[in-house]
Amino acid sequence: MSHPSPSVHDHGTSHDAGHDTMHAGHGSLRSYLTGFVLAAVLTIIPFWLVMGHVIASPQTTILIVLGLAAVQIVVHMIYFLHLDTKSENGWNMLAFMFTLVLVVIVLGASVWVMYNENANMMPMSPQYIHHKQGA
Amino acid sequence: MPDRPAIWNFLLGRLSLSSLPLDNTILVWTFVVVALGGAALLATITYYRKWGYLWHEWFTSVDHKRLGVMYMVLGTVMLLRGFADAIMMRSQQAVAFGSNMGYLPPHHYDQIFTAHGAIMIFFVAMPYIAGFMNFVMPLQIGARDVAFPFLNNFSFWLTVAGVVLFMTSLFIGDFSHAGWLGMPPVSELKQSPGPGVDYYIWGLQLSGLGTLLTGINFVVTVVKMRAPGMTLMKMPMFSWTTLCTSGLIVVTFPILTATLFLLSLDRYLGTHFFTNGFGGNVMMYVNLIWVWGHPEVYILILPMFGLYSEIVPTFSGKRLFGYSSMVYATASIMILSYLVWLHHFFTMGSGADVNSFFALTTMLISIPTGAKIFNWLFTMYRGRVRFDVPMLWTMGFLFTFTIGGMTGVMLSVAPADFLLHNSLFLVAHFHNVIIGGVVFGVFAGINYWFPKAFGFRLDEFWGKMSFWFWQIGFWVAFGPLYVLGLMGVTRRLSHFTDPSLQIWFIIAAFGAFLILLGILSFVMQIYVSIRRRDQLAVGNDPWGGRTLEWSTSSPPPPYNFAFIPMVHERDAWTDMKKHGYQRPLEGFNAIHMPKNTGTGVVLAALGTVFGFAMVWYIWWLAVVSFVALIAVAIVHTFNYDRDGHISAEEVSQFEHTGNWEPKAQGATA
Repeated sequence: MSHPSPSVHDHGTSHDAGHDTMHAGHGSLRSYLTGFVLAAVLTIIPFWLVMGHVIASPQTTILIVLGLAAVQIVVHMIYFLHLDTKSENGWNMLAFMFTLVLVVIVLGASVWVMYNENANMMPMSPQYIHHKQGA
Repeated sequence: MPDRPAIWNFLLGRLSLSSLPLDNTILVWTFVVVALGGAALLATITYYRKWGYLWHEWFTSVDHKRLGVMYMVLGTVMLLRGFADAIMMRSQQAVAFGSNMGYLPPHHYDQIFTAHGAIMIFFVAMPYIAGFMNFVMPLQIGARDVAFPFLNNFSFWLTVAGVVLFMTSLFIGDFSHAGWLGMPPVSELKQSPGPGVDYYIWGLQLSGLGTLLTGINFVVTVVKMRAPGMTLMKMPMFSWTTLCTSGLIVVTFPILTATLFLLSLDRYLGTHFFTNGFGGNVMMYVNLIWVWGHPEVYILILPMFGLYSEIVPTFSGKRLFGYSSMVYATASIMILSYLVWLHHFFTMGSGADVNSFFALTTMLISIPTGAKIFNWLFTMYRGRVRFDVPMLWTMGFLFTFTIGGMTGVMLSVAPADFLLHNSLFLVAHFHNVIIGGVVFGVFAGINYWFPKAFGFRLDEFWGKMSFWFWQIGFWVAFGPLYVLGLMGVTRRLSHFTDPSLQIWFIIAAFGAFLILLGILSFVMQIYVSIRRRDQLAVGNDPWGGRTLEWSTSSPPPPYNFAFIPMVHERDAWTDMKKHGYQRPLEGFNAIHMPKNTGTGVVLAALGTVFGFAMVWYIWWLAVVSFVALIAVAIVHTFNYDRDGHISAEEVSQFEHTGNWEPKAQGATA
């Protein structure tokens, strides 16, 4: 099912204004089934954990569910989006890593910044309001 | 809603005769002048029967070179508009002291500084860099067009749509007065009930979409369409910076779109994302807009770094010093530009540890930038430097930008920023880097690539006049602002009380006048060059260029390259010349090319109507234009007649009649 990638040197040599054809692989029945089973299992486990009250501590349950969700993302990437280090000469992976780095920076730093801004600049605690009114 | 029969409110929304700013004499006269000038232009085009030519050859063109030229024209027109705003502010501040309130009331003044900032960034700097990337990058990488030619045309017209909305606000209603980033709570409905902020939002939503599509287009073009043999590390520096800037656009512009979308939800649907009450948080807007805003300034400067990296080696007669370090510096600036945005709001109260982190990353970014400056200097070292106009602008950049970078490092020190924040020192700093870096680069690039686009050079005398007026005018205009900023004068004031400050503002106004002469010299340069185009005619390679665009005729044929070049070395054209390259004159094949289409114009026009309807609450028109927009887009996907062939005979004709050999003596002098 997967297309063999032509070599790099085929870039633009055609007279079709350089539109070349290097696709990512489209996967096989086997890989789709593997992905489906893994995705299903990774979905069922969190439901079971939550509905069956398997673990006493809700915090631990939340952490495990989040961890499984992260694994689920990776499964989708590999089996359904066909992300590997070879497709499109590695550009897919590079673009993914670039996006990942920036998303982590933007979300992580924004949370960090906004937490601090809120803590320092929005002192809306009852004590503070009381203090203001008393002054 | 105006007080009138309901049917009018349904048909016209909140638009009424009182929306026209008839009480503002400045605007009325501006309108008269613009209307007369516009009518004269339209009449001239009609008289010479050029409408068909413009429509078929330019407006509907999917040729990256033509789109590049149109972007440059758009940028230049908007530079005149943005500069008109600038000189009004400078003259107001020079006279508005004590009992003299100047000639601009505060509400009008606030609109002017907002329009000046937003226009200069979105509709001057962005079209200029899009123009350069469009014209130069495909030629440099040996491609025949960009990856998505129709999308390219559509992007351009979306930018025009934004321009149209911004310009409409001048004469119908008013414009935002909330600063170039539209900061809440000023930009919220309660504080700005008028149409101004809505013009701002929809203008930027349309042009921002265009910019995003351009970014996607150019990433794909650079990644997929390089000539055979051109590995990434053999790619010209300008194409490298195009790739990095486009990557930044793709990951950054969605943040702007989302942020403005949330603001429009606040304004239209009464949500409270950025209001002061009901759980809203103004600081979140400031955070989000600068997450986009800081990478944006690197989107502007990176292509200029690439452009200087082409000009310096060409006019020094040497290859670029430290090519790999340039590539790595560009890539690291691209990542680091995402780690510094908080330095725009050190004073908002994040606390010492957050401020220290972002201060350090800001200082860090000056290291790769400094490495680039040294690379350009080392390229010139022991080179045979020719001081043609493009090189003069580059020298002006090195001098001006370095000083601007140093005041930037001053501002990056968080405690110092607490004193300098929101002061004229900051205004002087960012004009120092944006004029010194981007504007000087634009003029360097125009002088450098104009002969490639049109087959004749730009007049040297007026080019030098323009350079010196800008160079001196810049320092006279912004030197005083540094001084005033250190004295604690804040920005965006339309009136001052302390008369001892006035002399500095008068000097700054004189500097703006010198810059005006610089801009007029540039217009004169274009005019004189067109008149003298026969004497100024050049061949394919007037400067002794090093990259592939100089291997094509001037202007290049529609298909760029009859045969796609094979690349072996970094400076591909220098390498070809060294090995005695002979241009083939026979054996041509038909070339497959995309066809022109008017769909981009139609879609952007519908987008403009949609934006206008949203601004004025004309809901029926908004629905109709939006549905039409989607319908036209879907219908266009069924248009299978979108390509054709340039026959071998036509190619042969282009190759034999194209402008290749130098026609005037001393073209390379």
